[in-house]
Parts: sequence; structure tokens; C-alpha cells
Amino acid sequence: MRKTEVAFWLVPVACFFLFPDYRVLGSQILITALFALSLDLVLGYAGVISLGHAAFFGVGAYAAGLLARHGWGEPVSGLVVAASVAAAAGWVTSFLVVRGRDFTRLMVTLGIGLLFFEAANRAAPVTGGVDGLTGVAMGRLLGVFAFDLGGRTAYVYSLVVLFAGFIVLRALVNSPFGLSLCAIRENASRVPALGVSVRSRLVAAYTVGAAIAGLAGGLLAQTTQFVGLDSLSFQRSAELLVMLVLGGAGRLYGAIVGTAVFMVVQDVLAGMNPVYWQFWIGLLLVAIVLAARGGILGAVDAGMARWRGSS
Amino acid sequence: MAGIVVTAALRTVGLTKRWGGFEANRNVTLELAVGERHALIGPNGAGKTTLVNLLTGVLVPTAGEVFIGAKNVTRLAQHERVRHGMTRTYQVTSLFPRLTVLESVVLAILEREGSGMRWLRPVSAYADAQGEARSLMERLRLVSDAHTPVRHLAYGRQRLVEIALALATKPSILLLDEPAAGIPGDQSAEVFEVIAGLPRDVTVLFIEHDMGIVFRFAERVSVLAAGELLMQGTPAEVAADERVRRIYLGEAAHG
Amino acid sequence: MIGSFLGVLFDGVAYGSLLFLVSVGLSVTLGLMNFVNLAHGAFAMLGGYVCVTLMTRWGVPFLATLPIAFLATAAAGAVLERTLYRRLYKASHLDQVLFSIGLTFMAIAGATYVWGPAQQPVRLPEILRGQVNVLGLDLGSYRLFLVAIVVAITAGLAYLMERTRFGARVRAAVDDAEVASGLGINVDLLFALMFALGTGLAGLGGALGIDVLGLDPTFPIKYMVYFLLVVAVGGTGTIRGPLVAALVLGIVDVAGKYYVPQAGGFIIYTMMVALLIAFPAGLMGRRA
Repeated sequence: MRKTEVAFWLVPVACFFLFPDYRVLGSQILITALFALSLDLVLGYAGVISLGHAAFFGVGAYAAGLLARHGWGEPVSGLVVAASVAAAAGWVTSFLVVRGRDFTRLMVTLGIGLLFFEAANRAAPVTGGVDGLTGVAMGRLLGVFAFDLGGRTAYVYSLVVLFAGFIVLRALVNSPFGLSLCAIRENASRVPALGVSVRSRLVAAYTVGAAIAGLAGGLLAQTTQFVGLDSLSFQRSAELLVMLVLGGAGRLYGAIVGTAVFMVVQDVLAGMNPVYWQFWIGLLLVAIVLAARGGILGAVDAGMARWRGSS
Repeated sequence: MAGIVVTAALRTVGLTKRWGGFEANRNVTLELAVGERHALIGPNGAGKTTLVNLLTGVLVPTAGEVFIGAKNVTRLAQHERVRHGMTRTYQVTSLFPRLTVLESVVLAILEREGSGMRWLRPVSAYADAQGEARSLMERLRLVSDAHTPVRHLAYGRQRLVEIALALATKPSILLLDEPAAGIPGDQSAEVFEVIAGLPRDVTVLFIEHDMGIVFRFAERVSVLAAGELLMQGTPAEVAADERVRRIYLGEAAHG
Repeated sequence: MIGSFLGVLFDGVAYGSLLFLVSVGLSVTLGLMNFVNLAHGAFAMLGGYVCVTLMTRWGVPFLATLPIAFLATAAAGAVLERTLYRRLYKASHLDQVLFSIGLTFMAIAGATYVWGPAQQPVRLPEILRGQVNVLGLDLGSYRLFLVAIVVAITAGLAYLMERTRFGARVRAAVDDAEVASGLGINVDLLFALMFALGTGLAGLGGALGIDVLGLDPTFPIKYMVYFLLVVAVGGTGTIRGPLVAALVLGIVDVAGKYYVPQAGGFIIYTMMVALLIAFPAGLMGRRA
């Protein structure tokens, strides 16, 4: 790990001590960052535009929530279950997603997201429907740490899981598998000429992406002890897309930076009329596409290149 | 005395591709011996690239079959045919814009070795692949651009990367679609020297317009016109053929 | 039984025709400019709000608002096309998706700010209210009117595309814009005109649809799936494809809501995924 990376990871650790009143928000940011990382793998690296990624986040959340509600409150095993169920959902739907090209594929991801939302809505007796799933009773983490209202345990738990997820993804994207995903993103029709089945690579990437999204969802369920229908909504999928693009897709750290900036600003402007918020998000998206395609980290890169060039 | 049957490296039988009323290729039957250097020529629109697309599996034929050695590969997808040793380059450069030259070549090598699904070690740790990539880039004078993203390269240099990718797969059958097109004059001869220097068990089919190159490097020539195989023979035979002269002369008269 | 079945069928056809009217423009932008415009529903919404504003603020009769809604939306479309959209024709689909989602958010926020979040009511003219007895069936007059208008417009579009020089140029540009440009066709102008036509028709559809689809600021997101579905399944490059897809979609949706109301959006979304899987190149075989 490079020095800048070590410094980067010390920031959330420092925040734990420096901003004790913001630990709950902090956990939320860490969890959503993990969710954004999962989308980065699918979109930033493999080039699959997904408008329904929240489906897997929600699946993981409901899996972990239902498990705890029905008596099994052990956190870590609950997370494993959440990730596994989401991975299964991702694997099954991946065959639908990899079949089409571009526009069709986009539609399929949208359709799948909407289907999962409808399913959760209709299964109200199980999922709690519009009212959400309550009664998610969590046991002690590792048998020792109880989930306290101040969010201490939740924060550390989320940070550790985020870091672990990040390490796994980093190995993935730097590996031959990751390189092949980048190639698929850059020019999918050239890839079969290298003897690669594009479909099987995308199925793998999509499944891993779903698993990690489910992991994040499970974290949310366990740390907030609640699962709402909005965890599967199109709104959530779209917002995630904004966060990822804001930070810069295809570079892992962009997902984390984008999430942090978005959610901090959202918290600061919480008093703002939601109409204004929606308008500015829309404008931000348009501006990013027209002017700052690489997001925040892309702009930093460009700035540093210019600085280096001039000195 | 038992007859010895020598299996052709690449063979097609009655290969046809029809789109609605338009026949891009009709009844093309070809045979390439192992190690043969075979040129495919013909006027523009004759169906040469379509034929390569049919051979590689990019297009599904309306009729006819394709054999690699003794194996009927007509039903196989493109990536599966590559696994059987057939690689191609593209007439219009088709590369990975934001990958560097080194990354592109290393990718091709890793996929060839079957390491494509490995995810634990970083690409930089595969020393053999990295070394092989370097020597391949040296042969094609691409080392200076090793860390340049492909999209920033001049067109001629990009064509060289096309060749590098094809060679990296260590094919037994190499299909080159106008390999030297766009490469500055002095370098194009170099490229063909590299191709001519390929091991004798590699079969090469190349589409070419430059008759000088065809004469220098081709052992046999197939002439495609209006989707059909007009004739086959040595370069000298083809150059002397009246019909061939007519279609090229005809083209020159109109062009 | 038959009576209600035919009634459902008719309602489905009316609903489908409306979807087709709005979706035609989306098919154009995707087929002609290869642009994924998720903001298309916002143009339909604009047409609806123009109609409502004209009726409530200036007392313009409903029928008169329709051509105005068309023109106003077409004008807005033309302006946006010249200033923003054309910059992204060569951009990646991801960029186009992000851009159009951003525009959609802005449109929704704008609509909420100006007109409030509530559903807009519409007062239909007397002549279009009530029912008409056709061949023993009581059919809604407004829906009949809808179908009639869409039939007329479709015929007009077909004539435009098949019989005029303009239409020939459009078809050439759909096939291959670069070649068309090389042939001397002013592709730029063509794009602008077709974009304006497409968004104008969407605006008209939005105005016509207030009674059937409703009108509130979330319209673009609520119905985005439907419009996209029509184009994805119907394909681009033909008028027939999206028409058939829209009618099928309309009938299935109405029938679903009538016979199996507890299934909700399930039927539509499942059908959507199924159709997309079965026909990745669209119903007519032309890639979307």
C-alpha cells in the first residue's frame, strides 16, 4: 500500500475520534461507499451500466434483516448470508443482463430493479412492505460489542467490512480478471478475438458486484436495525450512480470519495427544500458529463498533471 | 499402398452469406495447407472482409462449413475458434483505447495461457507474461510506447499494436485484414518481414491490395470478385490471368 | 364477459396508442442519433403542463391547446438539441444516460416548483365526455378520440417517411449517418428537425394523456419504463415496431390491472424482461 493510501484510510479512523457526534452519519457513509464500490466494479471496470443495482443492496438488507428478526442475531454470519443471497440473485439475473447489448441491457437492469422492488412491496407480510421491516434484533458483534445507540460499534464494524471489501476488490481489479474486464469495457467486440468469452467474465463480475452490494445492504440492516422499501428503489440506484460518477468511476477510490462528498453535502444542506436538492443534483450530473467527465478524482489528476507539467 | 491424407490447416466448403437479397459471399470453397502464405485479393466490395468474418465466427454463414484441421468449427463461437488457434487482425483498427500498449499485449498473453480468470495476484506479478510482452514489443519497435494509452498513438503505431495482439495469441492460423494499411511505407515492409519470419507451422491468410507485397510474400493467391472465388493460383498465374486483369482494370477505369 | 373483454381490449388499444405517440420520438433519437434519452418523458410532461396552464390561466379550449402544446414542446426540444444534446451524440451511452437522468431531475424539480406536486386536473370539452355506442359496445368518447388522432398521426408519419424526399433522407441517415452526410444530406438539420418532431409528438401525447395517464411532476420517472420498453421491444428504424410493441404493452397492462389487480407492476416488468431476453434485437429484428 502506498503512503497516500495509508493516509487516506487513516481519515475515517481519525473521524471516529474527531467527530463523535457524527458516527451514525459516518457509518452510513461507509456503508454506502461499499455499495458504490460494488457498482464501480460492474460499471467503472466492466462497463455495464446498471440502473437497478439497488436490487442487490435491498436483497442483502432484507436477508440480513429477516434472519435477525426470526431469531438469528449473530452479525458476522448474518452478513455472510446477506452477501450469499445477493450473490445468488446476481448470478441468476446476470444471464439476463449479459444477453443484450447496450440499450437492451440497460433496460433489463432497470426492469430487474423494478421487479425486485415490486416483489418486496407485494410480499408485505414478510418484508413489512411500505412500513418497512422492524424487529431486527442484533446480538453482540464477536460476542463482545453490543450495537449502541451512539453508533460506536456500527462505525467500527462498517469500517472494517468496507476495508475488507476494498482489499478484495483491489486484488480483483489489478488481476488478469480485472484487466479482462477493462478490455471488455473498452471494446467488447475485440475481446472474443483473444479467446475470451465475454459473457462468462461479465457473469462473474456482475455476481461479485451483487454480492458486495448485498454485503453493504446487510450492514445497513444490522446497524440501523431496520430495512425500508427504499433500499431497493430506483431513486437509490440513480443516486448511487451520481455518487460514483461524482467521485470518478473506474478507480475504486473515486467511489469512496464521491460517496463521502455527496452524503456530507446532503447532510449539510438537509434543511434545504428537497426540490432544490433534486434540481442541483440534476444540474451537477449534466455539468459533470459536459465538463468534468472524470469526476472529482479525474479533476484532481488533471490538475496535478498540469502542475507537474508547469514545474 | 495406403493413401496419405494431409489435413488442410484451414478449409471452407461452399461458404455462403446472404443478407435479404444481397449475397456477400457465394459458395466459397478454399483450402490452406499448413504453413501456407496465402493472399486474398479482389476489388473493393468483393466480400473479402465478410469472408474473414465468416471464417472467424463473427458472422454465421447462410450455408457452408468451416474446418480448422479436421475439426468442423462452423457452430463454434468466435472465442472458441481462437482457442483452436485461429487469430485475426482488423482492417479498421479495433483496440482498447484506454489500455496501454503493454497492458493490451500482456492481456493477450495471459488469456492465451488460460490465466484470464485468475484474480489473486496482480498482473504485474506475472513475470513471464511481462517478459514475453516486452520482447514482442521489441520486435515491432513498440517499446517506447509501452506505457502509452493506445488511443494516444498515431494510427500507424496502432496498426502495429493490432499485429502485436495477434502475434501474442501464438496462433496456428493467422488471418490478417490489410495489415499494413495505414502504416508508413518504410515500416510496412518491416511488418511483413515479421510476418514472414513466423514459424513455418503457422498458416497465414492476408487480405492485401498492394500487388508488390502479394508477389513478395504470398505462395498462393485467391481472387474474390462479387462474393465469389474467381480463381486461385500462384501470384504469377493470377497476375497473368485475363479475367483478373479485367476486373482490376475495370476498377481502375472507373476509379 | 365478452363485453368487458372487448372493453378492456379497447381501453388497452387507446392506452397503447398514447404510449406509441409519446415513444415515437424516443425511437427517433435512439435510431437516428444513437442517443439514449431517458429524459424523453420530461418532454411529454412539458406538453401536459403547457396544456393545463393554457386552459386554467388563459381559458384556452382544450382542443386548441393541443397544437400549441406540440409546437411549444417541439421548440423546447429544438433549443435543447442545438445547445446540449448534439454535444453528446458521439459520447458514450453512459454519458448520455447520466446526462438525461440529470435533465430529468431538473425537469421534475422545476415542475414541482412551478406547479406543485399534485395531480393536474383537466376539463375535457363536452363533446369528448361520456360514451359512444359502437357496434353494440359502449366506448369512451375520449378514448375513441385518442385512437382517431393517433391513427391520423401515424398515417401522416408513414406518409412522411415512405413517400417524401425528407423521409427518404431520414431513412438514409438512420442506416448510416456518415454515408448520408457524404451524399450531401444535411444531417445536422435533419437531426434537429427530427428531434423537434419527436419531442413535439411527445408533448402532444402528454397533453392528450392527462386524462388517461395523469399529470404530476413524477411523470417522467413513472412512465419512463413504458416508453423505453416500447422502443427496446419495438426496435428503432420502423414505425410498425414501436406501434405493435406499444399496443401489446397497452393491452397487457390494462388487462393485467383489470383481471389481476393484486399483481401490480409485476406483469409488466416480467413481460418486459421476458420480451427483452427473447428479442434482444427488438420485435421487428432491428437492433434497438
